[in-house]
Amino acid sequence: MRVTRTSRAARVAAVIGALVLIVLIAAPWWAGRADLRLLGEIFLYLALASLWNLMAGYAGLVSVGQQAFVGFGGYMLFALTIFGGLPPVVAIAGAAILGALIAVPVALLLFRLRGAYFAIGTWVMAEVFRLSFAQISALGGGSGSSLPADIVRSIADSRETREAVAYWMALGAAMLVIAAVYLFLRSRQGLALMAIRDNELAAGSLGIDIWRTKFVVYIATAGLTAMVGALIFLQKLRISPDAAFSVNDWTAFVIFIVVIGGIGTIEGPIIGTLVFFALRETLADLGTTYLIVLGLVAIVVMLKAPRGIWGLIRARYDIQLFPLGYRVIPDQKD
Amino acid sequence: MDWVNAIVQGTLLGGLYALFAAGLSLIFGVMRLVNIAHGDLIVLAAYLGLTVVAATGWHPLLALVIVVPVMGALGYALQRGVLNQTLGDDLLPPLLVTFGLSVIIQNALLEGYTADPQKISAGALETASFQVAGLSLGVLPVLTFAMAVAVIGGLQWMFYHTALGRAFRAVSDNQEIAQLMGLNRRHVFGLAMALSLGVVAIAGVLLGIRTSFDPSAGGARLIFGFEAVIIGGLGNLWGTLAGGVILGVAQTLGAKIDPGWQLLAGHIAFLIVLAVRPNGLFPRVSG
Repeated sequence: MRVTRTSRAARVAAVIGALVLIVLIAAPWWAGRADLRLLGEIFLYLALASLWNLMAGYAGLVSVGQQAFVGFGGYMLFALTIFGGLPPVVAIAGAAILGALIAVPVALLLFRLRGAYFAIGTWVMAEVFRLSFAQISALGGGSGSSLPADIVRSIADSRETREAVAYWMALGAAMLVIAAVYLFLRSRQGLALMAIRDNELAAGSLGIDIWRTKFVVYIATAGLTAMVGALIFLQKLRISPDAAFSVNDWTAFVIFIVVIGGIGTIEGPIIGTLVFFALRETLADLGTTYLIVLGLVAIVVMLKAPRGIWGLIRARYDIQLFPLGYRVIPDQKD
Repeated sequence: MDWVNAIVQGTLLGGLYALFAAGLSLIFGVMRLVNIAHGDLIVLAAYLGLTVVAATGWHPLLALVIVVPVMGALGYALQRGVLNQTLGDDLLPPLLVTFGLSVIIQNALLEGYTADPQKISAGALETASFQVAGLSLGVLPVLTFAMAVAVIGGLQWMFYHTALGRAFRAVSDNQEIAQLMGLNRRHVFGLAMALSLGVVAIAGVLLGIRTSFDPSAGGARLIFGFEAVIIGGLGNLWGTLAGGVILGVAQTLGAKIDPGWQLLAGHIAFLIVLAVRPNGLFPRVSG
């Protein structure tokens, strides 16, 4: 008997993943402008979905207000570059730090609400953010503002290079988020988090500080979500309160991605993102019907297969591409 | 006098918010379900009222005779058909299913009625007013407040003086034992949702007479109702009315300072209550 964490499927997945990553890094040389943009958007949604999944699927913190941090990050990019004079790349890191800082008082207030009421509380907070930024006339008030041309040019002189840089940053953000979630879940803190998810009472009696573990997850998620928000609006080059704090764009879609792909797994958000964009690219012409279909699919998945597509695959084949748990392998020779 | 006027108008506005909140509070009390689609159902009721008025030419308040039973039936069907399957120890299914429902209702309304703002016309009732002690009170806001008091008083009486209320309290206390005593909890939950959407129907039609609405107006209504529930204290219906009034007054006072501050002032009042009294101002005595 031996105990192992990895498996053949995981090793094969790692090799294939590395090859795919190399192909994706080279995308600016083989993909057209529109495709590059789409890929960039896919990676930013992948990052948002992985972050929301860490909160809802592992920490039990169901938020319908993550648009608060997406919009906050976007606005910080604009404020730090326009008024702070920082280069955009530095401003993105700054947005992440400020996002984590602002999340501290937010969490202290919202953690007083439990379960589903926490969810609606996060939405109220996002509304407070939206209404507050709409009051700041220096950032365009309710109608928003555009990123000045000289700041855009400071990224790179030619448009092609700029778009490639934006793409690489989106890819980098997605990889950073997935790696961070994976490494976090393999750490002691991650083990504590999964123990809380499985049985809060038992975890507490083993000496895990439940409040602090969830608090850390919330703050880290907020910071990274703000970073992704900054990247989203670096791609868009224009920001307004309604676009920045849109519950549909930054929370509803993200929730559908995670639910359809499989909540509480690292693989789920990846599969969900691919399914979401495949649906969007084929059904987008249908407009509102597409959203109705998406809502129906999410409800059916939640009722009939609450672990999503990846949950079905895992139940059938017992594989885990991102090995988190340990498994016992009986010796082969006898 | 301006300030007194703002407080009085805010109090009356609070009646509408209490109506948004009462249905939310009811189903949370009976089955611990938080319905994210609550606001969208209010807007759906407003559209239903609009359609009934357009089809029959009746006064919108008379249209309630149709809208309330239709919404109630919808609530029962929704609970038995979908939401009962989501109830259990896990928090996620009810949240995510009602969230999906919210998106479906919003987009179905968008498909059916376009994004143009609509309003239910109630003729003279919209502008009628009377003078009390130098203040001009609109008949509609006073009527709304009176209906909120009547609805909450009615729910309170129902909870503590009828067989249905006893069934609600029984499944709320312990589902398994209620089941053993011969109550079908699926049916009881269905009745609770029917009642909740009956209140939603009244709230929706009154909302539609008071202001214009569009398919995306649901989220804000959910938030107002939710804030009224939390300010007042979970599980206390009269507290919910007080919460609605506090929210309404905060909004009208905010609007008095600066029109851009109306909604923000309401949210800030909510956050202050959350910071100072996390269980609300009038929590139910537990135990």
